[in-house]
Amino acid sequence: MLARDAWGELRGRVVFWFSAAVLLVALAMAAFPGLFARLGPNEACNLRMSKHGPADGALFGYDLQGCDYWSQVVHGTRASIVVGVAVTVFALLISILLGLVGGYYGGLVDALISRLTDVFFGIPFVLGATVVLVAFPDHGIWAMTLVLVLLGWTTMTRLMRGQVIAVKDMDFVAAARMLGASDRRLMFRHILPNAIAPVIVVAMLNVGNVIAGEATLDYLGVGLQYPEVSWGLQLNIAQTFFADHPHLLVFPALFLTATVLSFLLLGDVVRDALDPRLR
Amino acid sequence: MRYAAQRLAQAVPVFFATTFLIYAMVFALPGDPILALAGDKPVPEQVLAVMRARYHLDEPLLVQYGHYMLGVFRGDLGETFTGQPVSELLQDRWAVTAQLALTAWIFELVVGIGLGVLAGLRRGGAADTAVLAGTTFVIAVPVFVVGYTAQIVLGLNLGLFPTAGTDEGWPGSYLLPGMVLGSFGLAYVARLTRTSLVENLRADYVRTATAKGLSRRRVVGLHALRNSLIPVVTYLGVDFGNLMAGAVVTEGIFNLPGIGQQVFQSIQLQEGPVVVGVVTLLVMIFILANLAVDLLYGVLDPRIRRARA
Repeated sequence: MLARDAWGELRGRVVFWFSAAVLLVALAMAAFPGLFARLGPNEACNLRMSKHGPADGALFGYDLQGCDYWSQVVHGTRASIVVGVAVTVFALLISILLGLVGGYYGGLVDALISRLTDVFFGIPFVLGATVVLVAFPDHGIWAMTLVLVLLGWTTMTRLMRGQVIAVKDMDFVAAARMLGASDRRLMFRHILPNAIAPVIVVAMLNVGNVIAGEATLDYLGVGLQYPEVSWGLQLNIAQTFFADHPHLLVFPALFLTATVLSFLLLGDVVRDALDPRLR
Repeated sequence: MRYAAQRLAQAVPVFFATTFLIYAMVFALPGDPILALAGDKPVPEQVLAVMRARYHLDEPLLVQYGHYMLGVFRGDLGETFTGQPVSELLQDRWAVTAQLALTAWIFELVVGIGLGVLAGLRRGGAADTAVLAGTTFVIAVPVFVVGYTAQIVLGLNLGLFPTAGTDEGWPGSYLLPGMVLGSFGLAYVARLTRTSLVENLRADYVRTATAKGLSRRRVVGLHALRNSLIPVVTYLGVDFGNLMAGAVVTEGIFNLPGIGQQVFQSIQLQEGPVVVGVVTLLVMIFILANLAVDLLYGVLDPRIRRARA
């Protein structure tokens, strides 16, 4: 079995355990920030401590508002993780559906889906997202998710479609069809499981990219807004002060990089494990 | 040739659909531009009507879009709500962004492919490990963090590059921003080149070439590399458009007066015409670059050329 082989391969990789551990901590921080942070978001801030560096009792120092930076950075985890995972899951569902339908039926449906993909693929990410987000100034985390899904489903859809086309002419599909399997059964029981592995890998890499993209929009000031807490927002504030107060930049950047890096590394090792040609 | 025509025929509707989508999105922004022009003063009904008619604001969106595209093909990007022609506003800015994107692109091309080949030829060696680790790291660090760090360390502390602005012209002022902008793509290019080269070096035709007694240099340079570069060329083609569009952040950090900064300001000021103008041209560049890549395939790979004929 491919899955068991892959697991055997994964188990022996240090990188896998490293990135899995980082992601586990990040997930825990996102789900239960209270376990890690001393204070709640924007709680017990003291303006007199504004921008003070790391000191006793404040491991990461203080932010612009004089809040404990460690607590703030921990609370920032949730926005990144939720957006990254939610966007990828929705985009994955869209790409599975469109890729299966387009690749399997071909013809007019496929042409329509492919051109639609081209249209959305052509919209520049930062500018497109900025236009939409400025049009709806009161957006929260779910509106951000929607925008990122809208701009981010194309790559996986193209890949999925290509995979389906490659798999649908294989002998086992023909055999199942001769046994009288319906289109839906063929698509979901026979083609999907054999076509999805590379798409899953890209999805894992995609989580990292979405998190970086969300942080970029926050950083530009068009994403989440105060009083939300996110790494991108912290970096947005840090840009003005970081020459004299580098801790404002370093800590959220560190957390952001570690999270994105772990998703990318995880995607990489899973790809290596699934693709025996690269061994 | 037939293939080229077919690809062009596909690209045209995509171009119109994408630009219309952008157009609709931008002009769906809340607020009435004519009322905004007048500030706090009340505007008489007749003036409103005349102004709306002049800017085609009283017609359906699709007709407005038609008027706009006709203008674009005559080189007229419309004017801002204060009456300044958009093309004039963008003229100098395009040059800045194009120079920046080109610097980044050359950096990706040369250093990216170079590192990829270095790593691919010695798979599993020290250079390979270093390139893999380094590129993964570069991909993971957000571009604005790379930008600020480079600006402070290389520009301010070490004084190797100018920290901001375009005073030194090209290439001086564009080297550091170009490297920052291109760092992400460089990492991708290096990894793509490596993977692709590793796969091709194991192919039968490489073994044949070696068995024929060709020198290693010729086998790698002429046979393996040419085949390996196909996915890399695809990426580089698509990425040029991305670099132009993604320059917003880099231009902001290094204070380069390019289109990215302009369009970002315009979005926030709800200057629809500028936004639509820039994005329309960007989409055009993007689609043309994709088309060029498709046509380049045939040159690089005879198999594709024959399959099409």
